[in-house]
Amino acid sequence: MAITVKVNQQLHTLDVPGDTPLLWVLRDVLGLKGTKYGCGIAMCGACTVHVNGQAVRSCITPVSSVEKAEITTIEGLAETEIHPVQQAWEEMDVPQCGYCQAGQIMTASALLAKTAQPTEAEINVAMSGNLCRCGTYPRIREAVHRAAELLSAKGGGL
Amino acid sequence: MNLTRRSFLKISAVAGGGFLLGLYESQVGVAQARGGFAAPPIEPRAFVKIAPDGKVTILAKNPEAGQGVKTMLPMLIAEELDVDWKDVKVELAEGEAKLYGFQFLGGSTSTPMNWDPLRRVGAAWRQMLVTAAADTWGVPASECETSAGRVHHAASGRTLGYGELVAKTASLTLPALDSVKLKDPARYTIIGASRSGVDNRAIVTGRPLFGIDVEPAGVLHAVVVKCPVFGGTVKTANTGEVEKLPGVWKVMVVAGTLTNDTVLPLNPGLEPGVAILAETWWQAQAARASLKVEWSLGPGVKQSSANFEQRANAALKQPFGQVVGAYGNVDAALDGATKVLEAVYSYPFLPHNTLEPQGSTASYKDGKLEIWSTTQDPAAVRRLTARVTGISGPDVTIHMVRAGGAFGRRYVNDTDVEAAWLSKQVGRPVKVTWSREDDMTHDSYRPAGTIGLKAGLDAQGRVVAWREHFVTFGDGKRTILNGGIELHDFPAGYVPAFQLGMSNSIPLSIRTGPLRAPGANGQAFVLQSFLDELAFAAGRDPLDLQLELLSRVPAAGFNFQPHNPFGSTDPERLRGVLETVAEMSDWRKRGKEQGRGMGIAAVFYHGSYFAEVAEVSVDAQSRITVRQIWAAGDMGSPVINPREAENQAFGGIIDGLSQMDQEITLANGVVQQENFDKQPLMRMSQTPKIEVRFCKTEFPPSGLGEPMLPPVIPAVTNAVFAATGRRIRTLPLRRSGFSFA
Repeated sequence: MAITVKVNQQLHTLDVPGDTPLLWVLRDVLGLKGTKYGCGIAMCGACTVHVNGQAVRSCITPVSSVEKAEITTIEGLAETEIHPVQQAWEEMDVPQCGYCQAGQIMTASALLAKTAQPTEAEINVAMSGNLCRCGTYPRIREAVHRAAELLSAKGGGL
Repeated sequence: MNLTRRSFLKISAVAGGGFLLGLYESQVGVAQARGGFAAPPIEPRAFVKIAPDGKVTILAKNPEAGQGVKTMLPMLIAEELDVDWKDVKVELAEGEAKLYGFQFLGGSTSTPMNWDPLRRVGAAWRQMLVTAAADTWGVPASECETSAGRVHHAASGRTLGYGELVAKTASLTLPALDSVKLKDPARYTIIGASRSGVDNRAIVTGRPLFGIDVEPAGVLHAVVVKCPVFGGTVKTANTGEVEKLPGVWKVMVVAGTLTNDTVLPLNPGLEPGVAILAETWWQAQAARASLKVEWSLGPGVKQSSANFEQRANAALKQPFGQVVGAYGNVDAALDGATKVLEAVYSYPFLPHNTLEPQGSTASYKDGKLEIWSTTQDPAAVRRLTARVTGISGPDVTIHMVRAGGAFGRRYVNDTDVEAAWLSKQVGRPVKVTWSREDDMTHDSYRPAGTIGLKAGLDAQGRVVAWREHFVTFGDGKRTILNGGIELHDFPAGYVPAFQLGMSNSIPLSIRTGPLRAPGANGQAFVLQSFLDELAFAAGRDPLDLQLELLSRVPAAGFNFQPHNPFGSTDPERLRGVLETVAEMSDWRKRGKEQGRGMGIAAVFYHGSYFAEVAEVSVDAQSRITVRQIWAAGDMGSPVINPREAENQAFGGIIDGLSQMDQEITLANGVVQQENFDKQPLMRMSQTPKIEVRFCKTEFPPSGLGEPMLPPVIPAVTNAVFAATGRRIRTLPLRRSGFSFA
């Protein structure tokens, strides 16, 4: 069955069963390895991507449900060399093992697109679906604030 | 190092149940010969590559799984080499002991073992480049200086870049590492200045970097379905039917080579099961739904957690199975005590939960084997894959790949063995990726433990007697891996009469192994909680009770080894971190308020010292909010990469908090927790404010992978007691009627 998806501005026509999770289409069919597998049940957030700007768990998202939606992965987040959220992650030296960070960044960038200056409580609500086994949460919190600064310096546009 | 080989091995055997023994057997002779901890790298030239344009590539010799060594180890070389850090490119070395010596992630050893030799590698290279420049100019080497990747001759104003000199070094001999002069630390420009992780750009932009991202051309993806009861074998399986499913390339019964023993080694061999190989991982994983296997269940089918608890409580009523250490007359001291306290503590089996599940990629071709491994121990991958493939030595290449967390799980190398064996069977590259459920139910778990304690206080509230009965798993003679107990843990040596005994007769059929801060991650909770109980019973401040114990002269008959990283607590250093954390947290001014409290705990672990204070509040439903953690650490000086060191401290503390409400339980041999819905990790909203301070003492730098973890657990449980008057003696929290808010 042919399914068409639009990932990082590019259209792909795929021959996969419609119930295949988007995660495995991205990783094994399209070769986009940045989106990670962690639990397969939407408990860890390592697989987070944007679907029409919303942070979505790709591990439980059937590919048939996102036909023609705008899908953005970590590889497509930056319009230039690096997105301000990614830059903030680098500046704050957030990663330890780094495995969860693509998902963290996708969740944080979706938050900041809607809420330019999030409060601590808003950060907690948005980010608590993303597990970090290494415990980088204090740095993630710093980086979200730093990213908000970088984005506002850019005029708020993502 | 004031330490004999014999005593070292004895301690190690007790502490690690054989694990540390293997690690240090090979190192201790070298360490003694050099009067230190470190073993030199074998081939110093292999660590540095300089291109004609002056760009420098430095190899990181040890596996990277988030502990920061891929950045930190090259910093040591770069500092003494005198290059600009921005000109340095870092790569992980291949797993090849002949070139890089001992390559290992574990035991908080990367810093203490490499601090000296890797700086010498950099200095030897620098000296060789100076020689090349001096020869070129015909001036004495002593007149040449270096900075930022260049050699300068001040008298003549001449200068040459390392890239221009490197060709000439090919004919020079690298100076002996012992002969080179190291920099005055006052001149450091790289060590001690925070450097962000060398892989950060690749991580934040999602470039392929981890084990799970490796994909050689023509790769087949594999899952290996195993018996829910560890070690069970396949009677029948509908392999032919599953093979017809879309994308499925082959379905094979794996007979396995599992060790048949009642006490399992760390790497018990290839586990039996059914391998499904497909063009994509999802096709292999989805095909599991159609797989029907009749299992011959493993030997553990009669084992359940409830039985373990009964047997442990029964063992506590019996005499020690064996005495681990004793001095003084405990019976007499207890008889003479003004007050005697007794308590039983227990802690559960725990999983590792690396966020990247276990996996490996192998390619067998024409009698040669290539493996892309996230192992913590590449030499073990070499040894273990040789057993199932028959290929070894120069025919094996091990690429070390960044791991999405390790925490002790990646010593086991079971997926490397699976991938190598499967690739040889099918003649194509094979990538094995375990599902989360596979990972959580076939782990090498942190062993559970039960400890019965009895201690006496004199009229002044001083601890005068200590009896400790540790109940663990084994066959009565041998103890399961990492199921031992450390003879030297404080307050051993500081209490005038002391007995530590062990009973190890509960059989266990699942694998166990090291989890970050093995031993102490369970036992520090027990020891530091019981000291808090004693302080409360004596009407003393728990900080004062610990400081007073540390002021005592170590007891006669106790084998006191304060400068052995795996030996005894150095009282000065433990006191230092306790006093620092008390100051940071305003411990002495803490208030008394129902539902809110502070607790303190400290440990010496693998060469480093940490004291921590927790402040918690507990609501009417017994939900705990950890409000703040203060941590003071002493891992000598300098702190090589300060911001990353703080990252490790934050991470270890949060890891410890996560451990407090996790458990693995067995029912008829089957692990009951399969995924994160039943295995909570701390989340952003639950994470307290954490303040860390490093006490920079004059000792050489020691490790920071583990020692911050153990004290946070008793600091929190002691704080809960201060807040509620309820003592947590059983973990996870839920088994003591608490949870995290």
